[in-house]
Amino acid sequence: MEDKNKLKKRLIDYQMFWPLFALTVLLAFNFFFIKDFFAIEIIDGHLYGSLIDILNRATPLMFMAIGMTLVIATGGIDISVGSVLAISGAVVSIMIGGDMVFLNGEQQYVSHYPIVLALLAAIAVSVVCGIWNGLLVAKLGIQAMVASLILLVAGRGIAQLITDGNVVTIYYKPFFYIGSGFLLGLPFSIFLVAAFLVLILWLVKKTAFGLFVEAIGSNVVSSRFTGLNVQRMVWACYAISGLCAGIAGLIVASEVKSADSNSAGMFIELDAILAVVLGGNSMAGGRFLVMGSVIGALIVQALTTTIYAIGVPPEVTMVVKALVVVAIYLIQSQAVKSKVKTQATPPTLKSKEAQA
Amino acid sequence: MKNLRINTNFIPLIITICLFCGLFAIGSVVYRGFFSMQVVLNLFVDNAFLIIVALGETMIIIMGGIDLSVGALIALSTMIVGFSMANLHWPPALAILAVLAFCSLFGFVQGYLITYRKFQPFIATLCGMFVARGLCFLINQDTIPIKDPFFITVATTRIKLMDGAAISLTVVIAFVVLAAYIYLTHYTKFGRTIYAIGGNEQSARLMGLAVDRTKVLAYTLSGFTSGIAGIVFCFYMLSAFGLHAVALEMDAIAAAVIGGTLMTGGVGMVVGTVFGVLIEGIVQTIITFQGTLNSWWTRIAIAFLLLAFIVVQRILVIRRESKKRIRPVEFI
Repeated sequence: MEDKNKLKKRLIDYQMFWPLFALTVLLAFNFFFIKDFFAIEIIDGHLYGSLIDILNRATPLMFMAIGMTLVIATGGIDISVGSVLAISGAVVSIMIGGDMVFLNGEQQYVSHYPIVLALLAAIAVSVVCGIWNGLLVAKLGIQAMVASLILLVAGRGIAQLITDGNVVTIYYKPFFYIGSGFLLGLPFSIFLVAAFLVLILWLVKKTAFGLFVEAIGSNVVSSRFTGLNVQRMVWACYAISGLCAGIAGLIVASEVKSADSNSAGMFIELDAILAVVLGGNSMAGGRFLVMGSVIGALIVQALTTTIYAIGVPPEVTMVVKALVVVAIYLIQSQAVKSKVKTQATPPTLKSKEAQA
Repeated sequence: MKNLRINTNFIPLIITICLFCGLFAIGSVVYRGFFSMQVVLNLFVDNAFLIIVALGETMIIIMGGIDLSVGALIALSTMIVGFSMANLHWPPALAILAVLAFCSLFGFVQGYLITYRKFQPFIATLCGMFVARGLCFLINQDTIPIKDPFFITVATTRIKLMDGAAISLTVVIAFVVLAAYIYLTHYTKFGRTIYAIGGNEQSARLMGLAVDRTKVLAYTLSGFTSGIAGIVFCFYMLSAFGLHAVALEMDAIAAAVIGGTLMTGGVGMVVGTVFGVLIEGIVQTIITFQGTLNSWWTRIAIAFLLLAFIVVQRILVIRRESKKRIRPVEFI
């Protein structure tokens, strides 16, 4: 039993090793090749610098990566997150907007609806989107990729309908705090993602939820036979993914002070999946690490920032991202192969299948 | 019993054909000028590249895989054509050959990674999509117009059919590709192996079929087909741009599913996919004729159709499974 625990611990260490290693290599590269990369200045009591910038810009992606991790851990995938992000942004922008009024002779913008109501509405709509995906996947048993494809295709159309095809600009100042406000010298969104991460980690580590998700991802049929309510668990994961995309949508809308249903969150679902893969999670489901995905999101953003900083055309980012993922996959498969050889694990059903 | 089972496989296709006829009938009754040969032919003219690319996608889906790189490959094809002719002054034939060769190579690499390096098809082709789009912008970030006389001639040539209705040469190319795909999937060993892999890769392997080779070949073929679609796209748009055909892979997948291809693999026909594309086209046409509806209603309508067909597939599969008295796997 003790040996088993040791092995498990080693595996977890192993899983976290590569993402951290990649991030370190990236940062080291920046340290040597980009001037003042690690410099952090204090302007107006706020911290500024490339590192803070990476953290700040990665927040929407971190949220999505957290949600995506859970979904992928159940053996599914949610490719609709970008569209959900657009929907969330559309809802919040149309509900807040900004009417100019004169208060005490001063020009001020007020929101259409109370800001809390707008935020709750946007999040509620996103969760409904997640529940919709969960309904298709868990209840109707449709392949996850296809099920979320439906919302991916329809989502942008729905967001366009909400905003009537316009780019809605937000003028209401308090709303900007979410995406570009500062708390204790740090961007506010970092605290948001930290709080959410703690909540999810608590859910995953301190309740049975994490274990259940892992069990479902490892083997659905046996999970059902052990009496797990598979449907409800999977459903919950998709709802959380929707929630994450919704919050990310709020942050993005608050950052750019508008909602562009056409381009908000375009291709971000791919970034989220990359973050999860970079975080050392298996696309096949089962064992998962939320922290790994968060670091994966940081890697994706650090990569983007690095590419901007060294002055290569930003479009190259896509090529580099893709090549990095391919490289990581190759390293992982090689590493797994040699591991299997050296450890000589007893043949399980899976490895037998692989051999055949 | 055997006949009955084949019938269940055909049900989505029959629904699709009926739906197409129904939509066309509704359009003809409601809108003036809808009921004409040219409207039908325009479905082909405007969607020739989509038909071609969806055929390649269908074969991959039947095999149980997925290819997300097709849209990006089309954009890259237009870019190669535009750049090689405008900047390198290559003759059109050489540019076309270069596109086909490059796209085949691209597909081959993806197939290699999926088959021999055990990449998930989803991930490998996602990376392929990123690489292809990135390469487009590396070549040029702006639109390159294609002014080559050969391309313009092909693009403007119309073949007159009866009643003054005409089709473009691209439609002919699409039909040639369709014929090739029908032959490949239904009349060759390669095609039967594809169906076998989609049904159950393990069994196909145990039956001694050349699974690995077929998989690599199929992905190579998908790349090659995307290349053809890219050239057809050049004829259609007469311009090269890195953001051409964004999310086209989703349309292609939707067309395959609406055309009766099962996403889990093993079931489907390339002919059905053509009807899938036609339905997408006719939805767009109806919305254009309607006039007041915004163009994004097309997306919502297609998503709704996709949903409806997937649910129908699911019900059929569950019924079949329960007939075999096997507990249906709840989700994958």
